[in-house]
Amino acid sequence: MITEQTCHMEYQEGMEATDHQLMDRVLKKTAAYDYNRYTPAQVKAALRKESLDTEDFAALLSPAAAPYLEEMAQRGKEETAKHFGNSVSLFTPLYIANYCENNCVYCGFNCKNRIHRGKLSMEEIERELKNIAATGLQDILILTGESRHASGVDYIGEAVRLAAKYFALVGIEIYPLNSDEYAYLHACGADYVCVYQETYQPEKYERLHLSGPKRIFPYRFNAQERALKGGMRGVAFGALLGLDDFRKDAFATGLHACYIQQKYPHGEISFSPPRLRPIINNDKVNPKDVHETQLLQVMLAYRLFMPFAGITISTRERAGFRDHVIGMCATKISAGVKVSVGGHGEEAKGDEQFEISDPRNVEEVNQAILDRGLQPVYVDYVRV
Amino acid sequence: MIDKLIIGGHEFRSRFILGSGKFSLEMTDAVIKNGGVEMATLAIRRANMGGEENILDYMPQGITLLPNTSGARNAQEAVRIARLARELGCGDFVKIEVVHDSKYLLPDNYETIKATEILAKEGFVVMPYMYPDLNAARDMVNAGAAAIMPLGAPIGSNKGLCTREFIKILVEEIQLPIIVDAGIGRPSQACEAMELGVAAIMANTAIATASDAALMASAFKLAIESGRMAYLAGLGRVVEHKAVASSPLTGFLED
Repeated sequence: MITEQTCHMEYQEGMEATDHQLMDRVLKKTAAYDYNRYTPAQVKAALRKESLDTEDFAALLSPAAAPYLEEMAQRGKEETAKHFGNSVSLFTPLYIANYCENNCVYCGFNCKNRIHRGKLSMEEIERELKNIAATGLQDILILTGESRHASGVDYIGEAVRLAAKYFALVGIEIYPLNSDEYAYLHACGADYVCVYQETYQPEKYERLHLSGPKRIFPYRFNAQERALKGGMRGVAFGALLGLDDFRKDAFATGLHACYIQQKYPHGEISFSPPRLRPIINNDKVNPKDVHETQLLQVMLAYRLFMPFAGITISTRERAGFRDHVIGMCATKISAGVKVSVGGHGEEAKGDEQFEISDPRNVEEVNQAILDRGLQPVYVDYVRV
Repeated sequence: MIDKLIIGGHEFRSRFILGSGKFSLEMTDAVIKNGGVEMATLAIRRANMGGEENILDYMPQGITLLPNTSGARNAQEAVRIARLARELGCGDFVKIEVVHDSKYLLPDNYETIKATEILAKEGFVVMPYMYPDLNAARDMVNAGAAAIMPLGAPIGSNKGLCTREFIKILVEEIQLPIIVDAGIGRPSQACEAMELGVAAIMANTAIATASDAALMASAFKLAIESGRMAYLAGLGRVVEHKAVASSPLTGFLED
C-alpha cells in the first residue's frame, strides 16, 4: 500500500529499478535552471544557431524570449517543414477504463473523486474500434486510468490485439510498466508509449500524488526507458503545464527527451504539451499562469531544440489554437475525441477525465488541415 | 540525342525522381507534370490502401512507383516492407531505407547491404539509399543493386552536395547509375550534381516546401537537364585563382 507516508523517491516491490544517472542529470540541471538570468541577446543568439544546445533551449523558454515569439514561430515553421513537410498526422484516443488507484489532487480520475467509473468489455472495445475505424482513422491511442487491479496488463494486451486488427498504429497511455510488460504489449501490437511525468519537481510531485503507485517518482520517470528496452518504437514525453513552474517543467521535459534519444538513438521521440483543464468536482483545478502565449512558447522551444521530434496537440486546446499550431510546430492532432470511457457509438460507461475544447469530428479536422494548405496523414506506419 | 537513364533494364527519359513524403497530395499531379517526372517514391508506411488521403489515388497513370522501406530499422524489416509493397501491386522497384537514428535519419549501410542481397535475389530492382562510402557501394553492387543512391546531405536539410567529393568517387568507380538522394535544396545544387556525372536526382523537401511547388518542379527539371547536358558536353577547364600562361612549365621546348 503506497500512502502519504511512503517515500516517493524509493522503488516499491515489483517495480523494475533503473540506473538513476539520466534522471539525476535532468533533475540537477533543472534545479539549477534560473530562467530570469537569460537576456534578449542569448535568445537572439539561440535563434541564429542551426543546432540548439540545452542552454539555447533554456533561453527560449525564459521570459526574455517572450518578445521574440514571432521569430520563434517563423523558425518553427521552417524546421517543421524541413522535417515533416506538409504532413499532419491524425489520431484519436480511446478510453477503455477509468478506474484508478492513485490520489492525484489535480486529476478527474483520481481515486477519491466520486465519478462514474467504468470499464469496457472486449466486445464493447471491438465495437468502439470499428466505429472509430469507420471514420477513416488508422492511428489510435488506448487509454486507461491507472489501476493494475481493474485494468490489468492482460486486459490491456487483449484490447491492444483488437486495436491492431483495425489500426495501423496503436499507442498506449496507461500506468507505467516494467520492461517485460512493455515487451508483452509490443508483441500484442502496441508501438508507442505515452507517459507524462506531470511535474519534474520531486517535492511538488510528492505533494500532488498523495497515494497509489504513481507516487513513486523514479518509477514513472524511467518508464520511457523501460518501454524502449521492451521494444517499443516511440515514446512521448510531457509535463502537465500549470501544475508547477511551467518553464522548469518544460525545460526538464526537453532534457529528459533529449537524453533518452541520445541513449536510445533509434527511439522515436514526441512531446505532448498538456495544460491543466477543469475537472469534475474541483473548480480550483484550472490553468494558472500558462496562457496560450506561454503554451506556444513552450511548443516552439521544443520544436527548435529537437526539430525532428513529433509534437501532439490535444483537444484540451480550442480549435483556433490547434489549427494555427499545426505546421508551425505541432505534427499530430487528435480528432473525433471522447474522453469518457467509450462514447464512440457505445454509450459512455464512465465520466470524462477532463473537459475538451475542440469537439470537431475527423472530417472537420481533416478539412481544417487542408484549409491551411497542409496534408492530413492517416497512416505513417507499417507494422512488420 | 538519345540519352536514357537505365535502371535494372528499365529505360527512363527523365532524370528527376520525385520523393513524395512531404507533399500536399493535391499538388502531386502538377508537380509530376511540370517536373517531367517518370518515377516517384512511395512510402509504404504512408499508403493508406482503400482509405482516406491514399497517395496511390493521386499518382498519375504511367508513373513508375518506387516504393521505399522508410520506417525499417534493420534489414529484416526492410525486406518485409519490400515484400508488402510487391503484394500491394507496387511493382518490382524498391528503394531500401534502413534508419535507426531518429535524429539525423542517416542510413545504415551495413543493414542496407544485407537487405539488398536478399531482395535482389527475389527479383526486385533494388535501389539502396546509402551514406556515400565506396566500400559499402561496392558491396551493394555485388549484392545485386540496380543503382546506388548516396545522400548529398542529411535528409530534409536542403544543404546540397555536402558529400560532393565522395559522390565523385562513386561516379568514377561504380558502374551503376549514381542517384543523389537527400539534401538537394535548390535547382543549382541539382545541376551541380548532374555536372559531376550523377545519373539522376531525387528531391522532395525542396519542392514540397517551396511557395509554388509546381513552379519549383519546373525549375528542377530544367536544372537537371542542364547539368546533364553540361556533363555530356564535357566541362571546360575552370581557372580558379589567376590566369595562367598556356604552357608555363613546358614552353622552353624547341622541337
